[in-house]
Amino acid sequence: MGRRTGSVAAAAVVLAGLAACGSDESTPTLTWYINPDNGGQVELASRCTEAADGAYTIRTSLLPREASAQREQLARRLAANDSSIDIISLDPPFIPELAEAGYLAEIPDDVAESVTENVVQGAIDGATWRDELVAVPFWANTQLLWYRRSVAEAAGLDPENEAVTWEQIIEAAQSQDKYLGVQGIRAEALTVWINALVTSAGGEILDNPEAPADEVQLGLETDAGRAAAQIIEDIARNGLGGPGLANEDENASMLLFQGDRGSFMVNWPFVWSATLAGVEAGDLDQSLVDDIGWAQYPAVAEGEDSRPPYGGINLGIGAFSEHPDLALEAAQCIVTPDNQAYYMVTNGNPASNTEAYDDPDVQETFPMADLIRESLEAAAPRPQTPYYNEVSTGLQNTWHPPSSVTPDSSPERATTLITEVLKGERLL
Amino acid sequence: MSTTSAAAGEVGRAAGGGDGDNGGKVPLSDRARSERRLGWYLAGPAFVVMLLVTAYPILQAFYESLFKYRLTDPDAREFTWLNNYLVVLTDGVWWRAVGVTVLITVITVAVEAVLGFALALVMHRALRTLRPVLRTAILVPYAIITVVSAFAWFYAFSIDSGFVNSWFAWVPGISENTNWFGEFGTSVFVIIASEIWKTTPFISLLLLAGLAQVPEDLQEAAKVDGATWWQRMYKVTIPNMKAAIMVALLFRTLDAFRIFDNVFIMTQGANNTEVVSFLAYRQTISRLEIGLGSAVSVLLFLCVVLISFLFIKLFKVDLASARGER
Repeated sequence: MGRRTGSVAAAAVVLAGLAACGSDESTPTLTWYINPDNGGQVELASRCTEAADGAYTIRTSLLPREASAQREQLARRLAANDSSIDIISLDPPFIPELAEAGYLAEIPDDVAESVTENVVQGAIDGATWRDELVAVPFWANTQLLWYRRSVAEAAGLDPENEAVTWEQIIEAAQSQDKYLGVQGIRAEALTVWINALVTSAGGEILDNPEAPADEVQLGLETDAGRAAAQIIEDIARNGLGGPGLANEDENASMLLFQGDRGSFMVNWPFVWSATLAGVEAGDLDQSLVDDIGWAQYPAVAEGEDSRPPYGGINLGIGAFSEHPDLALEAAQCIVTPDNQAYYMVTNGNPASNTEAYDDPDVQETFPMADLIRESLEAAAPRPQTPYYNEVSTGLQNTWHPPSSVTPDSSPERATTLITEVLKGERLL
Repeated sequence: MSTTSAAAGEVGRAAGGGDGDNGGKVPLSDRARSERRLGWYLAGPAFVVMLLVTAYPILQAFYESLFKYRLTDPDAREFTWLNNYLVVLTDGVWWRAVGVTVLITVITVAVEAVLGFALALVMHRALRTLRPVLRTAILVPYAIITVVSAFAWFYAFSIDSGFVNSWFAWVPGISENTNWFGEFGTSVFVIIASEIWKTTPFISLLLLAGLAQVPEDLQEAAKVDGATWWQRMYKVTIPNMKAAIMVALLFRTLDAFRIFDNVFIMTQGANNTEVVSFLAYRQTISRLEIGLGSAVSVLLFLCVVLISFLFIKLFKVDLASARGER
């Protein structure tokens, strides 16, 4: 009984707190739901509050760390018409679901035009649903091929000047007895990898991503799907992903890459700032940094361009916001090239606006800034469907652990499972 | 809470006594009637609260489970009778999750019963001065939040930051490169080990209460008759605390069957370690398929009801006698 009374009392305190928040109406307070970062979005919120000069105040509210958990919280709140959601930091794959459900406020054409000026194509695509811009591009992420110069040289590769293929880096790692940094964990990171492999091979995971659930067609049972499975199989079967491949996320890949047996790694640019920070803290040696090179994401077939992963954050405006106009204004303030440059330099998250890359600080902090921009132009988004969660989880269930992946069975298993789940005939 | 229900039991027993042997046909005496009323006054509020917080959500879940309903697409909501149950029960994923859950439940409860009993004996026999310290020490794991203990075990066994691999590298089968969360057997082992570590204190505490109920004079009589320690254990101690053992097992079985935190933190259901609660979570919270998820939850509820029923009918667990009322 005591516990129950306790929780009732706690709930009362929380309610009182909420009431207190809403009562100050002199300056409208906008709530910006942010994903965890190194404090950059909080700083941008206070900069834009200052710039607004009393028109509005931006308050941030932190979402969970995992992208899937962010989506769960936002979808539940928005389904309940939560008016406290003004601005939302959205992971692009989940934008179609929220847009289709009518949870994102419309963006007027003139605003859409101004916020897409000088923005990389990948980021515009990621913020678009049914040919309408439904979110404001903020920062855009892409993966590069990171490599240890010493290993590449010993294997006779020169990724900086000559695009490399997966086959080449697999052979190099094998001949040098090293590990490849890839993401084999049963999580979103695995979908990112599979999507990059399939699209680089010229295919698509979904043929008709905008179709209703029971009409969605998968594009995995194709040469592209099988080529993707073949690469994962080659890496896993030969133990090239290291002993922890089945749990390897982006961070674990980085640690593997920094270790004695590191060779090549596909990963987001955060690894650069993280490695520099490691050197500064004395955990890593400067010689490691000197040994690190970067190049475009590996291709599947020789002579063909790769389609690197696209990620990042776009800003949605909550459809139930009490101040949608102010929220839109605030979002435009947040994404100015100056703010994006600041965010990139301090938090390591690449800008979506190409102008930001001309900033001297950006160029100095990220020697590979131009490559990141090029990679973003070539990047392929993950399937843009309102059923992205089902597609991604279905892929993760059928293509994990990596050692079970084969070109003959995995594409077929994924196709069957995802099709049946979308028709409502299977559990996930 | 416990005071209220104990009082209600007391009243019920008194009223039952008033009925005599004629099976309730004799009108109740004024005293019995007022005692019964007092029982309702005392237990009533708790009963109403229980209805509100358990019966209402259960009925709501059952209602939702009859619909095809996706939270982000409320307009497409459609009444589909029992179709969701058909989908769940004809799916191998459900049966595999049930199998994994049963496996985890059986192993954890069996190991915990033995370990818990041993710990209860230690606490029972410990010197009076040592007893409080010992009891606190044994209870510490139970006081830790499950998510926290799951993280602690996860990081201990994790391949990049864990210490288990380097400490136990001398054990055959364990090396620096053992990936505990890379396959089914090892993942389930860690999940079970963490669960056992966390909840053995609970079972041992319930068994300690049972041990305290075993009459000391029976023990002494057996000793005088020349019974060995084992004989006293099997013929006197265990039969006298059967009710306490069964209640402890029942509570732990129900708890273990609903395992979620360890799996969620350690594997997220990878390597076929998906359990029934996790399946319900994935359909309802991740997929936002309220209908299908509710069907899984209702089935989970029915499993729990079935377990309680089996325990009470098959093993004749008597909850009242476990409280020492008979």
